Amino acid sequence: MVPADLRYTKDHEWVRVEGDQATVGVTEFAAQQLGDVVFVDLPAVGKAVEQFATFGVVESVKAVSDLFAPIGGSVVEANAALADRPELVNSDPFGEGWMIRLKVADAAQLAGLLDPAAYEQLVASS
Amino acid sequence: MTDHVEPPRETALVDVHRALGARLIDFAGWLMPVQYAGIIEEHRAVRERAGLFDLSHMGELFVEGDDAGDALAAALVTDPRTLTVGRAHYSMICAPDGGIIDDLIVYRLGSERFLVVANAGNAAVVSDELAARLGGWKAVLDDRSLATSLVAIQGPRAAGILGPLIDVDLGALKYYAIAEGQVAGIPALVARTGYTGEDGFELFVDWARGPAAWAVLADAGRSAGVVPCGLGARDTLRLEAGMPLYGNELDRQTTPFDAGLGRVVKLQKPGDFVGRAALERAEREGPSKRLVGLRVTGRGIARHGYHVVAGERPTGVVTSGTQSPTLGYPIAMASVAPGDGEPGTMLDVEIRDQRVAAEVVPLPFYKRSA
Repeated sequence: MVPADLRYTKDHEWVRVEGDQATVGVTEFAAQQLGDVVFVDLPAVGKAVEQFATFGVVESVKAVSDLFAPIGGSVVEANAALADRPELVNSDPFGEGWMIRLKVADAAQLAGLLDPAAYEQLVASS
Repeated sequence: MTDHVEPPRETALVDVHRALGARLIDFAGWLMPVQYAGIIEEHRAVRERAGLFDLSHMGELFVEGDDAGDALAAALVTDPRTLTVGRAHYSMICAPDGGIIDDLIVYRLGSERFLVVANAGNAAVVSDELAARLGGWKAVLDDRSLATSLVAIQGPRAAGILGPLIDVDLGALKYYAIAEGQVAGIPALVARTGYTGEDGFELFVDWARGPAAWAVLADAGRSAGVVPCGLGARDTLRLEAGMPLYGNELDRQTTPFDAGLGRVVKLQKPGDFVGRAALERAEREGPSKRLVGLRVTGRGIARHGYHVVAGERPTGVVTSGTQSPTLGYPIAMASVAPGDGEPGTMLDVEIRDQRVAAEVVPLPFYKRSA
């Protein structure tokens, strides 16, 4: 079961929108697929991010994967805890392992994302 | 032209891996476990306790006959005639131009009987090339790659786990030695070799006995904390130990001298061997590149293929790189211009759109305490 209050990309990112702010991370499925996360490269505060564009990189021991923004906006915070504890992405992907907070540019973009049921179906079929 | 893709081969242990929850990938044409619980956990188990590996994808080539020693000395860059029976050495098979076809371990099993172990990805090429090079000698090649399971137990507790199960005195079995014995009744060639930087053993058994050999070691090692380990941990372990990987540090465009492994080539041995003229020239002229260790001091992980620069000048390429589970910082091996390879030299690795600082450090990154 994935959290019901989030929206998802087909690339396994999640987004939680509260007011005009959006918190972004990767799903538990993504974290499992990645394996042990050892490095997360996140954008600087103030950087503009477009929906579905690359906003950063997550690296496991073996692999490098791009991170795609579920929604457009400007970065207001990057999770500083991941610099020293990238393993939070594995241990708590929907919580302490969050990656960035955005000031949302256009909330209507949420309509282009998967709801929890659709995302679970995607995971089940992969 | 149509692409005909064969499904990957399965080792005799594939169902064991599945039952253990391994993630299986196609590696060199074989369906192999890349990880079970996780690469870092498996890596640490080998450094601190012991790990169990299925290496049945490797190539096992037996060479036998009155001229076996002479024939191998003419085919490889080493001189297997100098090995005592029951000992082994690291070797390579090179092309006439000195490029490396594969790196190998050669075991001397008898006065004119040898076992050559090749990498999975090169096993067929080495088998064919070696068979061709044995032509004219009284020596025959028996490729038993598909008849042999190879199970390794590696780590400081490996000897303690294996010792009580085997009728070979492990105390007398030196590093790079091999003996015939029985592991809980399973006939095996037991070698004190590995690719992890730890003490450990490799057990060559009949293909069908692979799962039994694995089960015996897993059961006996349970209380000692042995864990199954995949190719992911094997790669980080060998990288920390500064051991080259074919396809990364070694390839057909690289001579042993370019890879810092000129000492492996026995130019003084009697008789001609394939690649001799080119390798004598390579030694005389000096290497065109130098394999170095890098400690990434900036933020980022250097990976295979990333460019390395000295100031504004391109100097080489990262051959392997990862976050070191033991050391806790990113390490890499890189092939750079010989003048940029002194330990202490500061270089930059191009990681995506940034230059990230890295210091040349001596290899290996990790050496086990004696």
